Amino acid sequence: MINEKEKEFILKELEKYENSDAVVVESLKFVQKRLRWISLETMSEISKIISVPVSKIESIATFYNQIFRKPVGKNVIKYCDGVVCYINGYKKIKNAISKHLNICDGCTTKDNNFTLIPICCLGNCDNSPTIMINENLFSNITVKSVVNILESIK
Amino acid sequence: MKNYFYKNEETHPLTWRIKKFKKPIFIDEYERKRGYLAFKFALKNLSPDEVISIIKDSKLKGRGGGGFLTGEKWSLIPKKNYFGKKYLLCNADEMEPGTYKDKFLMEKIPHLLLEGILLSAYAIQASCSYIFLREEYFFSKNLLEKSILEAKKKKYIGKNILNSGFNMEIFIHTGAGRYICGEETALINSLEGKRPNPRVKPPFPSQSGLWNKPTCVNNVETLSNVPAIILNGSKWYKNISKNNDTGTKLMGFSGKVKKPGIWELPFGITSREILEDYAGGMQDGYKLKAWFPGGAGTGILIEHYLDISMDFNSLSLVGSRLGTGICIAVDDKINIVSLLLNIEIFFSRESCGWCTPCREGLPWSVKILKDLKNKKGRIGDIEILEEICKNLSVGKTFCAFAPGAISPLYNAIKYFRKEFEDGINFNLPVVKNKISGIQSNNLNNI
Repeated sequence: MINEKEKEFILKELEKYENSDAVVVESLKFVQKRLRWISLETMSEISKIISVPVSKIESIATFYNQIFRKPVGKNVIKYCDGVVCYINGYKKIKNAISKHLNICDGCTTKDNNFTLIPICCLGNCDNSPTIMINENLFSNITVKSVVNILESIK
Repeated sequence: MKNYFYKNEETHPLTWRIKKFKKPIFIDEYERKRGYLAFKFALKNLSPDEVISIIKDSKLKGRGGGGFLTGEKWSLIPKKNYFGKKYLLCNADEMEPGTYKDKFLMEKIPHLLLEGILLSAYAIQASCSYIFLREEYFFSKNLLEKSILEAKKKKYIGKNILNSGFNMEIFIHTGAGRYICGEETALINSLEGKRPNPRVKPPFPSQSGLWNKPTCVNNVETLSNVPAIILNGSKWYKNISKNNDTGTKLMGFSGKVKKPGIWELPFGITSREILEDYAGGMQDGYKLKAWFPGGAGTGILIEHYLDISMDFNSLSLVGSRLGTGICIAVDDKINIVSLLLNIEIFFSRESCGWCTPCREGLPWSVKILKDLKNKKGRIGDIEILEEICKNLSVGKTFCAFAPGAISPLYNAIKYFRKEFEDGINFNLPVVKNKISGIQSNNLNNI
């Protein structure tokens, strides 16, 4: 359920744009921060607030890869699979994460703590390989350091 | 080699203010270092047309990859305001693999971008600007938000700026993670809250863009160049470059080099100079095998071309592009087919699927590259890849996404055909003769 604070945020965002369609992405992202994913109910609630058809909201929600259509864990690990991280061996890092948490791409741990997904180049190539956990960027990752990072988050 | 490490205002218009590494520059320091002077000067002494003609004169080219003349782009915006509002969009949706220049500017010197936006908006008489920022740049977002508030307090943003009658609002709009949003018209669609598919041109955004109003889309680095040109003049700007492309460019090297990084350098410098003098050469135990001039969407080149001058024209003459100007070094331990597989997986994942050649062609190339990597390729596979390259080239698709996606593959086949041939298993039946037209799905049944 969308709470009052979120509703207020969405209505305030509307002031920035000429039409209400433009706030869809921002609204979805804001609500997703708390709920961790976007369900059909969430979409229909947003649709009521901004008077944009649910079908339109859904077409946007399914297009962007940072709008999650099924629940994700408390911490979302995004590993960069860009070409520079490829050269610097992102696969080893990814395998280390997968092995440590026992999850595959797009999966969530059983305790709902972590979700692992690939992401476009994070623009941190001079400090590659790199991963992002929630809003934090980690540079120059090694197989050893990534395990320490995951442990510190638990 | 001229040493460009020692920065000053004359030689490093973008970065001379950044002295202490890692610290962003906020408004007080920025103003102390001649910040917002150009904007104040333009508001007082220059008409919008004069600003446009100075930028036209300076021959500033768009730094987003296209390289279109910025002054020309601005002059396409209708002067008379028949349409109500005009918009200036700042393209900060930096997602090209291997690129980190816009992030650098936004994180180190956000006010330079804001001043650039204000000046450009004044030139085209836009009253509203959106910075389309990629979602993952959280740090940039915080800094820009803070900077906008600072600038508002000083009355650089808002209504009747510095009593000149010029109004301007700057908003930040963040995306939700799709590479295609960096394409000019897809960006406009995304901002409007539509699916970010590219639009048909014409009408061009300069006539009918965001909410059908005249719109100009410029990259972060392009806009950041504007204040210095207004302050120091177009003649100076032309002189700091070493060749026909004017001004400086953020260039860098990443990959297995000793000191990966980013530097402000004049056009015309060679990539060997960047690699050896700035990036410190390859790491011990690694040799350079190939390199990308500007992100993963530019044609791959071999060592032979390292002495080529880094500018729009020279690189296009050797079958590549300057792109974002941030080079990637590929070392000798990397298999080219696997590298290309990584790149094409990226592009096929990010294709918006709007037009058929891109939607069908890229996954097909991924499928073949996977086979070649696993030594299960068939005779004729390389020819099919070449055919895909041809069918996704410039003019065959809706936007520039597919030509960008396929150019590294095209060049890789040209320079490293042997490695592709190594992936072919000669015991498997020939495919080329069995394919009629372009039916990628049929490959499963052969």
